[in-house]
Amino acid sequence: MKFFRNLTIGQYVHKDSPIHKLDPRIKILTSLLMMILIFLTESWWSFLIIGFFFTVNIWLSKVQIKYVLRGLKPILVLIILTLFIHLFTTPGEVIFQIGVIRMTWEGLSRGMFIAVRLFLLILTTSWLTLTTSPIALTDGIERLLSFFKIIGFPAHEIAMMMTIALRFIPTLMEETEKIIKAQMSRGADFESGNILKRMKNMIPIIIPLFINAFHRADELAIAMEARCYRGGEGRTHYRALSFKYLDKVFFMIISFTIALIIIINVV
Amino acid sequence: MFIYLENASYTYNLNMPFETKALDSINLSIDRGEFIGIIGHTGCGKTTLLQLLNGLLEPTIGHVFIDGVDIHQNKKGLKEIRKKIGLTFQYPENQLFEESIYKEIAFGPRNLGITDDLLDERVKKAMKMVELDYNQYKDRSPFELSGGEMRRVAIASVLAIDPEIIILDEPTASLDPQSHASFLTLIKNLYQKYHKTMILVSHNMDVIAELAQRVLVMEKGKIIMDSTPRNIFQESVEQLEKIGLELPQVTYVMHRLKQMGKEVNSGVLTIEEAKEEIFSILKVKKSNNEIF
Ligand SMILES: Nc1ncnc2c1ncn2[C@@H]1O[C@H](COP(=O)(O)OP(=O)(O)OP(=O)(O)O)[C@@H](O)[C@H]1O
Ligand SMILES: [Mg+2]
Repeated sequence: MKFFRNLTIGQYVHKDSPIHKLDPRIKILTSLLMMILIFLTESWWSFLIIGFFFTVNIWLSKVQIKYVLRGLKPILVLIILTLFIHLFTTPGEVIFQIGVIRMTWEGLSRGMFIAVRLFLLILTTSWLTLTTSPIALTDGIERLLSFFKIIGFPAHEIAMMMTIALRFIPTLMEETEKIIKAQMSRGADFESGNILKRMKNMIPIIIPLFINAFHRADELAIAMEARCYRGGEGRTHYRALSFKYLDKVFFMIISFTIALIIIINVV
Repeated sequence: MFIYLENASYTYNLNMPFETKALDSINLSIDRGEFIGIIGHTGCGKTTLLQLLNGLLEPTIGHVFIDGVDIHQNKKGLKEIRKKIGLTFQYPENQLFEESIYKEIAFGPRNLGITDDLLDERVKKAMKMVELDYNQYKDRSPFELSGGEMRRVAIASVLAIDPEIIILDEPTASLDPQSHASFLTLIKNLYQKYHKTMILVSHNMDVIAELAQRVLVMEKGKIIMDSTPRNIFQESVEQLEKIGLELPQVTYVMHRLKQMGKEVNSGVLTIEEAKEEIFSILKVKKSNNEIF
C-alpha cells in the first residue's frame, strides 16, 4: 500500500552549509521581503537579480537540485496554465490566429513574466524550508512575533502549538498507516466503492486515530505539567539565537541586493 | 508449502534521503501446522517480515508465494490472502472503533460478506477462542474494558475471519503477569485445540521456548538462524548473546546449576522440564544418601 510513503512533512534537507547555519530570523525576513519584491516588481532585471541571488544561495546550501525541483512540481500545472491564459487573452499585436483564438506578443511577454514570478515565489519558500529545520523555523517565528507581545499577542503559545503540531505530524501519520494496515488485516477495503462508501470506510481509521490522539494529548499535557511548564513567562531557550559573523555578512549581502532591486524599480 | 518468500527484500522510503533497508534477501518457507517463533533485537525487521506475509507490504525485490501463487501478480487476490492469513499488530487494542464488542468482532467477517446467523456463529466462536463470555460481553463497549480484555477483543476480531494461519506481533507486550499467563494458554489453545498455523513474534524468550517448534532468529534484516528452540537455545548461546538476545530464564538457572557442579542438562527450556531435571538430581542425591 502506498498511502503516505511518498509524503514528507517539511522538506528540510539536512546539510552542513553556511546557509543552514544562518539565523532563522534573518532567513524568514529575507524570504518575506523577497516575496514582497517579487509581487511588486515590474522589471525583468529584478527577477534576474533575485533569481541569481537564490541560485547562488541554493548552490551554497549544497541541497541537491532534485529536491528544489520536487518542490516546484506541484505548481508546474498552475504556472503553465497562467502562461496560456495570458498568452491567449491579452490584447495586442497578434502572433497567429485560428478562428477566435489568437496569440499575442504582449500576452507572451506578460505570461512569461507571471510564470517567472510564480516560479520565483516557490523558489523563495523552497529555499527557506529546504535549509531551515521546522524547529528552527518555529523558533525564529516565535522570536519575530514576540515583538507583538506588547499588544498581548500570545507569541510563545502559538510557537509552542506549532512545535507540538510539527512534532506530532509524523507520529500521527505513522499511526494512521498502522491503523489502516490493521483494519486491512481485518478485511477492510479502502480502495473500492463510490465516494459515500469510501467515506464510510474511513470511520474505522478516524475513530481509533482520534482516540489515540486524545490519549497522547492528555499524556503530553500531564508530562508538561509534571515538568512545571507554565507558559512563556520568563522562559529561556536551549538554542539561544544570536547574530554571528556569518549572519552579519549575509545581512550586508541581502541589504545590498534589496537596495539594488529597489533602485532598479524606482529609476 | 504454504508460504514461500523468495529472495525478498524490503526498503522503507525507497529512493529517499532517509531510506532504510528493513529486510535483506529473505528466503523462507512455512508449512501448514507449524508453530514458528521469531526473535531478534528491536528494529531487526520482524514486523516488516510479518507484513510481507499477508501482503500489506510488497517486497521491493523478490516474491511472496502463498499456496504457490505470487500474491502481487494479482492485486484483487490480496483480500483472499488476508482471509487465509490473520495478522494482529503490536498493541492491537489501538485499532478498536465500534460501539459494541459484538460489532467490533463482526467487522472482519462482515467485510468478507458474511451475514446473519453465520456472522453470529463466527463472533461466538471467536469469543470462545479468546475466552470472553459471549452473553456477558457482546453488548459492552470495547472502550470500557481493561487493556488485556481489549487485546482479547482485538485478537478475536482477526480470529473471526477464520484464518488458517495466525500471526501475532508481540501479543503479550506490557501485560500483567496474570494476563500474560492466560494469554499463553490462549495461544497454546489456538495451536493445539483449533489447529491454527501460528507465527509469533516475541521479545520474551520464555514464551518462545515454551510455545514454538521452530525459531527464526533475525538480525539486521536477515534470518541468521532457523532451527528448533532446543538447538538454538542450547548450541548458539554465544551467538545469541552477541546480538543482544537472552536465553529463557530457566535455561540460565540450569546453566548456573551446572557451573555449580550439578549434573543437570543445561538445554532445558521450560519450567516443567526444569522441575523434572531438578527432581531427578535430588532423587539421585537421596539415594546416594541412603547408600552412605
Ligand atoms: N513505516 C516505516 N517507515 C520507515 N522506516 C520504518 C518503518 N517501519 C519500520 N521502519 C524501519 O525498519 C526497520 C525494521 O523495523 P521493524 O518494525 O520491522 O522492526 P522490529 O523487528 O519489528 O522491531 P521491534 O522489535 O521494535 O518491533 C527499523 O530500522 C525501522 O526503523
Ligand atoms: Mg515490531
